Amino acid sequence: MLGADLLRFNLRLLTGQWFRTLMILLATAVGVAAVLLLTGMGEGARRFVLDEFNLLGNDVLIILPGRKETTGGIPPLTGEGTRDLTLADAEAVLGLPGVQAVAPLIVGLAQVEAEGRNRELVVVGTSTELFRMRQLEAGQGQILPDTPLDRAEPVCVIGSKVKQALFEQQPALGQWLRTGDRRCRVIGVLDARGVSLGTDLSDAVLIPVASAQQLFNTQGLFRLFVQVRHIDLVDTLKPAILDLVQARHQGERDITLITQDSLLGVFDDILQLLTLAVGAIAAISLVVAGILIMNITLISVSQRTPEIGLLKALGASERQVHRIFLSEALMMTFIGAMLGVLLGYGLLLGGHWIWPQFPVSVPLWALLGAILLANSVALIFAWLPARKAARLPPVLALKGETDA
Amino acid sequence: MIRLEQLCKHYRLGGETVQALDHVDLNISAGEYLSVMGPSGSGKSTLLNMLGLLDTPDSGSYWLNGTEITALSEDARAAERNRHVGFVFQAYHLIDRLNARENIELPLVLIGTPPAQRREKVNALLRRLGLERHAEHRPNQLSGGQRQRVAIARAVIRRPALLLADEPTGNLDSHSGQDVITLLEELNDEGITLVMVTHDARMGQRARRRLWMQDGTLLRDEQDARR
Ligand SMILES: Nc1ncnc2c1ncn2[C@@H]1O[C@H](COP(=O)(O)OP(=O)(O)O)[C@@H](O)[C@H]1O
Ligand SMILES: [Mg+2]
Repeated sequence: MLGADLLRFNLRLLTGQWFRTLMILLATAVGVAAVLLLTGMGEGARRFVLDEFNLLGNDVLIILPGRKETTGGIPPLTGEGTRDLTLADAEAVLGLPGVQAVAPLIVGLAQVEAEGRNRELVVVGTSTELFRMRQLEAGQGQILPDTPLDRAEPVCVIGSKVKQALFEQQPALGQWLRTGDRRCRVIGVLDARGVSLGTDLSDAVLIPVASAQQLFNTQGLFRLFVQVRHIDLVDTLKPAILDLVQARHQGERDITLITQDSLLGVFDDILQLLTLAVGAIAAISLVVAGILIMNITLISVSQRTPEIGLLKALGASERQVHRIFLSEALMMTFIGAMLGVLLGYGLLLGGHWIWPQFPVSVPLWALLGAILLANSVALIFAWLPARKAARLPPVLALKGETDA
Repeated sequence: MIRLEQLCKHYRLGGETVQALDHVDLNISAGEYLSVMGPSGSGKSTLLNMLGLLDTPDSGSYWLNGTEITALSEDARAAERNRHVGFVFQAYHLIDRLNARENIELPLVLIGTPPAQRREKVNALLRRLGLERHAEHRPNQLSGGQRQRVAIARAVIRRPALLLADEPTGNLDSHSGQDVITLLEELNDEGITLVMVTHDARMGQRARRRLWMQDGTLLRDEQDARR
């Protein structure tokens, strides 16, 4: 039997029994769509998190005060060092050959006041280098000036939401803010973008690191970002930085050095596992569809018993009859799977349209896996009914008797 | 062409065994025209199914064109059926969702004949049987006589050597039954071997050779030189 003829023969069958066809199409389509939807959302969540955290380049090392004893797992995000990581340490690291720039970071909450309005806001002490490393730009005015790290200039750059909260439509540039017991002049407003490393900078006030040290009354840095001249230098610089800081800290190796990759790698693993898990759960619905396919194929076999007898009388071999029934189930699930793909993508795109920040993307393995699984399920579950049809003795089949 | 030796077949019905064929010996030469008559349940259909390789005997042997059939596998028998045997049933056994043309070309479809060749053969046959206008009609749009003609076309599309008809006129009125018999006889005149089971003694008498069966045995085998 030619492939085209088999297709046509089956198509007649499918259109002839549209209710049966509809049920299988629906079951398969829902199963496939569920897999795509869930893995698509899982993958979307993964992308979302990675994009958020992926603002530093690969050539940036992150130094955290405090030592992590074991390797692997999530590095300590809240450093608990005994000895502070200081600005002097930062200057020393900058002196290492191969280091392009360093950006210190101090983060804290402070009462911020302007124009008689009062808010508790995140205050970030840092330097101009951070703006470069994270590609932060000022929508109005300028970024923090390139001054020595230990100079506590009374200036600040505010996030766009802070500007809205404190000044509303009034111009903010040149105005004075009170942060805790210190005053600073607004020299810039960040452009709208900027959620990174879990901090929404649009909701923060950025001041020079030395000012933050005074404000929070601490010498210790929360983080130190180190940008190397070339990405190949990362591996050689890591031990150099560790040794340098160890020497400066009386022989105590009390910092943790991570790269963005290692940080993201952990999140990535977790989220990928999650995507896999929800995909597997959705795949169960495909197996349920398989049971439906088996039942429907069984019904098809008993309804078409005389036809099987006839086909055999006309010279169809067992193999041909088997193939006819299998291909019928396969064709239905394939069409169902395609509908499921359309449905799944449709829903994902609809979700993306409603919530544009959320990236939608179905991993290729989930797409191919769902289609493959649907067809394998059909193949497995239709196999026995199809074999039953193939083995029917022709005489009995012609008489319409299924059991033999 | 056909030789049966001591062919036996029994069926189990409930607790009883029915001897549907009881040591049947039979020789049929190419081009013969046989009718098989006898009371209901005498084994006529069973004999026909044996001849057409639809059923397998319990014992005895069957040679078709020199091949011992009982030794063949089911797949080989299916191939033999396709090539050498055409069936015509009382109940037509047309596939409802296929139109007349598609029903007729089914044996060709099964062996993978390309559509262009199929079309040509089916067209020739449709013309010959006066069914051209009904090529695209489905069975439920055809009369009984037309359906049986479609079934006959399907049976002979592969130009088989043997045509087996099991009460082909059983569901037809006498007029269209007459047409169908005439058609079968024409095919026989062209050389096809025709074996026809019938209830109707008058129809049976038209055959050159007549078999009577009872309780699975051949009661009488009449042959004449008439016609
Ligand atoms: N598949 C079967 N199972 C059980 N008994 C059968 C079967 N086929 C035929 N028989 C029995 O075998 C006998 C011969 O049947 P059959 O050849 O159909 O007779 P006929 O065609 O002459 O009416 C009958 O008694 C019938 O009941
Ligand atoms: Mg009968």
